[in-house]
Amino acid sequence: MNNHTELHIHPIERIWIIISFAMIGVFAIAVLTAGFAYGFQLPVPEDRVVDPNLVATPGATAFGEPGLRELSPGNMEARILAQTWSFSPKEITVPVGTKVTFFVTTKDVQHGFHLEGSNINFMVLPGQISKLSTTFNTPGTYNFYCHEYCGVGHQTMYGQVIVTP
Amino acid sequence: MYAHENRLTAWHVGIAFSALMIGVLLGPFQTWEHAGLNLYPALRAIGIQSYYQGLTIHGILNALVFTTFFITGFLTFAFTHSVKRASKYPWLHTTALVVMTLGLLITAVPLLLNGATVLYTFYPPMKADPAFYIGLTLVVVGSWITGYGLLFTWSTWKKENPGKQTPLIAFASLITMVMWQICTVGVAVEMLALNIPWSLGLLPGTDPQLARTLFWFTGHPLVYFWLLPAYISWYGMLPKQAGGKLFSEPLARLSFWLFLILSTPLGLHHQYVDPGIPAGWKALHAVLTYSVFFPSMLTLFNVVASLEIAGRARGGKGTFGWIMALPWSEPSFTAQALAGILFAFGGISGIANASYDLNLVLHNTAWQPGHFHLTVGTGVAFSFMGIGYWLIPKLAGKELWSKKVALWQAWTYFLGMILMSNGLHILGLRYSVPRRSALGVAPYGSAEWTPFLIESALGGTILLISVVLLYVNYGMTVFAGKKLTREIEMPVAENAEGHPAPAWLDTWRPWLVGAVALVLVAYGPVIYMLLTRLQLTSPGFKVW
Repeated sequence: MNNHTELHIHPIERIWIIISFAMIGVFAIAVLTAGFAYGFQLPVPEDRVVDPNLVATPGATAFGEPGLRELSPGNMEARILAQTWSFSPKEITVPVGTKVTFFVTTKDVQHGFHLEGSNINFMVLPGQISKLSTTFNTPGTYNFYCHEYCGVGHQTMYGQVIVTP
Repeated sequence: MYAHENRLTAWHVGIAFSALMIGVLLGPFQTWEHAGLNLYPALRAIGIQSYYQGLTIHGILNALVFTTFFITGFLTFAFTHSVKRASKYPWLHTTALVVMTLGLLITAVPLLLNGATVLYTFYPPMKADPAFYIGLTLVVVGSWITGYGLLFTWSTWKKENPGKQTPLIAFASLITMVMWQICTVGVAVEMLALNIPWSLGLLPGTDPQLARTLFWFTGHPLVYFWLLPAYISWYGMLPKQAGGKLFSEPLARLSFWLFLILSTPLGLHHQYVDPGIPAGWKALHAVLTYSVFFPSMLTLFNVVASLEIAGRARGGKGTFGWIMALPWSEPSFTAQALAGILFAFGGISGIANASYDLNLVLHNTAWQPGHFHLTVGTGVAFSFMGIGYWLIPKLAGKELWSKKVALWQAWTYFLGMILMSNGLHILGLRYSVPRRSALGVAPYGSAEWTPFLIESALGGTILLISVVLLYVNYGMTVFAGKKLTREIEMPVAENAEGHPAPAWLDTWRPWLVGAVALVLVAYGPVIYMLLTRLQLTSPGFKVW
């Protein structure tokens, strides 16, 4: 039987192992610090569950009449309904400096939502509502794309946020 | 020797490369479409109805069929020639091949008839023909049977060789198969409990969030199932092919054990932006994803150090002179070495994806196909092509038709992949360009994207040239090659330092218990939560 217990490690490889561990440690700390101390948001459940078959019915949920809603000056909520192959509304206009919280769900297959050049990027799943917010500090027109394959018209599915000065 | 195993491997490898041929030929059409040259109307003549049907076939054949068939064949061959013992139950291996081939044929029907244009992730509630799910399930079941066959042979070999350490190649082949057995539980449950009954109409609806979670339970370790056979070649064979020895066999064994433990409990890093998964679990999987970086770093050091031994043994001098002394005139070596170089860059772009927060910028952008064409598309597939340069002549009993053509193939693949993946990475990072989209006809396309779309199309075109060279060479070897006048042996690298692996690197129980325990801790509560909130509310949709 093999009674050998010691793992022989070459001295240079030992240094390499220490460097590898240090890199992993630095990465993990950097990522978690950024994620939790600096408030990066990811979409999370928060019990926002809906029936995808009813979600688009007016009156049944807030997505029955999707669109922008002002909560307080400078603070808005955008409820966006995804379906093959469009977002409704397709276009929203907000004044510069507005904080917008996006709520997005789908009434059919999976979709995605990515506002170009921003951290607003999430999956849109039937039965779930995805939520993330951002503040628009620069006037301009920003596209948001469906980034999950949703059928033959997938490449036509996008919308725009117009930020007015 | 081992005629039965060799013949079976020949079938596996033959089916694998035939599937890959169809799959890769569809690839360049995507890059051309993105750059504005839409040839899909012409593809209707051969039954490809849309960009997305082509993309589905590309993904299924390359990433699922080619890999699984090649790996089951290659591991059967490698294991047998490593322990130098014929299979205990040859009929099990034959059964595996039959089940896998049957599965492939059943999947192929809806795939080719546009009945399963759901891409290789087949996210519900997009609903494919039931045959698609049933066929893919059979392919996985067949691959399990190959693993059982190897395990039976190994336990007999152990009895016949008491006290003997399992050779590295056989040991790593077993770890790959056991890891695969653990991680495929996710997709097996997704298929058997959700997709198959739902597509047959036995379930009124499905739960897309649960299905995604089960899919990625298997989906990330799947990449280690692809990668470990390449590592087996890089650790166990390539140093010998280069004329050297394996720098440290004990640390090679340690890294395979770490892959067994760490491959599975980290799949949620594909779901950082899923709405139905709590943030704490995503963060835990982020940390676990970084820990699997460690055995990859071990591998990088060990394989490069082994090649340095080879280069110096061949007379290479100086800090970098040994690199030039490596056998760059041998296509099998060159293909695998170039695959390893690009794989390192794929690993780096993967570290960005694995990041809990950087992923927000990159998720589902063109960066992703840029990333995985360097990892599975190069590190794995290109290495398998390189292995093919000695394995196919061995199995066919023929000399390789042309070394020169093979070297051209390797360097064009390297160049083409650099251009294609570089373009895709930039498009995703800088312009948020979505992946999986027929960009050429998308209304949101921007002129700023054009140079990078053209770069990637140029890369795709060079890759097409490369695979044509590959198949001409393989085809000429098998069907018109000169008969082998010498025996080709599987290259097996010796342990350079002569320090044997300690006993704790030869004991299965603690590592297996650790692997299962970590999966239960990392996934148990998440799956339990999803089951308590089960929403079988999504009917199926056919949207293509």
